[in-house]
Amino acid sequence: MEAIRQYYEKYKLAVYLILFLISVIVPFAVEQALILRYICTIMMYATLAGSLNVINGYSGQTCLGQAGFFCIGAYTCAALTKNVGLSFWIVLPLAGILAAAVGLLVSLPTLKLSGIYLSIVTLGASEIIRIIAQTWTPVTGGALGIKQIPYPNLFGLELFRPKYYYFIFLAIGILFLFVTGRVLRSRVGRAWMAIREDQVAAKSLGVETSRCKCTNFMYGAFWAGIIGAAYAPFVNYIESSQFTTDTGFNVLAMVVIGGQGTLLGPILGAAIVTVLTETLRFLENWRYVIYAIIIILMMWVRPQGLLGASDSILAGGKIRRKQDRQEGKRK
Amino acid sequence: MADKHTVLKVENLSVNYGYISALEGISLHVDQGEIITLIGSNGAGKTTTLMSISGLAAKAEGTVWFKGENITKMAPDRIVKMGMCHVPEGRKIFPALSVYENLIAGSLGNPSLTKNRIQELIEEQYRLFPRLKERIGQAGGSLSGGEQQMLAISRGLMMDPDIVMLDEPSLGLAPIIVEDIFELILKIRDMGKTILLIEQNASMALSIADRGYVLENGRIIMEGKGRELLADPKVKAAYLGA
Repeated sequence: MEAIRQYYEKYKLAVYLILFLISVIVPFAVEQALILRYICTIMMYATLAGSLNVINGYSGQTCLGQAGFFCIGAYTCAALTKNVGLSFWIVLPLAGILAAAVGLLVSLPTLKLSGIYLSIVTLGASEIIRIIAQTWTPVTGGALGIKQIPYPNLFGLELFRPKYYYFIFLAIGILFLFVTGRVLRSRVGRAWMAIREDQVAAKSLGVETSRCKCTNFMYGAFWAGIIGAAYAPFVNYIESSQFTTDTGFNVLAMVVIGGQGTLLGPILGAAIVTVLTETLRFLENWRYVIYAIIIILMMWVRPQGLLGASDSILAGGKIRRKQDRQEGKRK
Repeated sequence: MADKHTVLKVENLSVNYGYISALEGISLHVDQGEIITLIGSNGAGKTTTLMSISGLAAKAEGTVWFKGENITKMAPDRIVKMGMCHVPEGRKIFPALSVYENLIAGSLGNPSLTKNRIQELIEEQYRLFPRLKERIGQAGGSLSGGEQQMLAISRGLMMDPDIVMLDEPSLGLAPIIVEDIFELILKIRDMGKTILLIEQNASMALSIADRGYVLENGRIIMEGKGRELLADPKVKAAYLGA
């Protein structure tokens, strides 16, 4: 283990570069558009799960309503590009900001609530958002949803092939990982983790817990909004049933399976859950039972998630258990 | 002490938990560079006193002055920014964060610290607590009790405070470690910090303290120089088991 770690530390940059090159080559190597769409879906969910992970994994608040922020992003994009005719690239950050604003609204109860009560508030908020989308017909198209969402236009090139979305999702994903990695190492990110570990201690150290919890919610919601905005033209048709709490729990499952509080866990979780969704399609609704069983098993056998071991390289490799250290010394 | 100006002054402080009154009008003052100890048995109100001074518990009555400013109604984060550090009872380190991250978390409350200053402070902690340097990459939760207490104290010192309030640093530690901790408290005082120490271990606390207060059922029943209280027959009977 120690040898792998040293190897990784040494060639960190090369590893990132190779990974990046591989990810650039993928869309040219994969012929079938369908498979590429799957990969796009995985990447999209990876960022969405990542945004939820910022809330659940790093500040320890259990948000169940990520589908709501996702919904806001998707509808903002669809409505503004289709009805108003704004460019996708302007709408993208706008969707994030709007989602963050709603995130602030949802997070206000967190000043008083915690644990399961907070979870219920987020769950309710998610449903309220979806129902607004379902009933506010002039803007959201009501139950019929919004069809034929305009494709983004990049310097005259109309982006409609999965290949293009691959790069959009890749860019958003990399940006998300990079920015979040930096934020987590900043004062704000460290304050989130301090709150997750022990709120009273964080307070005694002068962390403004209420403000930090709000910014945490807003940050998570912001990225969910961004990814929602990219999702709308990708599927080209959105309606409120795509944003039920099932979607929210699906994303939660990704975070839990991959490992809360790790940057790469949600990516693995997204890949596993999406692949399972596709391969278990023949089971129809029974596949939700399989998810449930997987989550229960995860909680039982590996509550920290697949990548959640704090000593793994993927989890950051920063924290080592005493045992590992002593083993390392012996070598 | 040459410089005798008062850093912290508590006047007539009362705190209620629901219908139960935990503190009934206590007054105390802490001067620059002193070690003041507050002793008392379980439930006397020691922790409540600290919690209410640092703003973590709501006060029913009374005023708290810190460096000449009224901090009675101030939010805990602003109190920390003014230079008051509260090391809570039971250590409360962050178990899943590494020792280094725990120390960094200590500096969060004081945004005026520059990166270089934070580095300096970390070096200072290494000098005070060489054990922490050995364990820097380890998870806080994997440390021994004494090491965790040292981590909790040094995490508090990372905000570069003027006054350090320690809540039962000897809690649950072996006597030999407790001696280490008390030596450290003296060292911290020698660094120019003022210390308000809360202890059940009255003999140890009084032997290093300049002055002490004895708290009983939410009231201060005695105050005086550390040595005098140590020799007082009433204190002896109640807290020293003699």
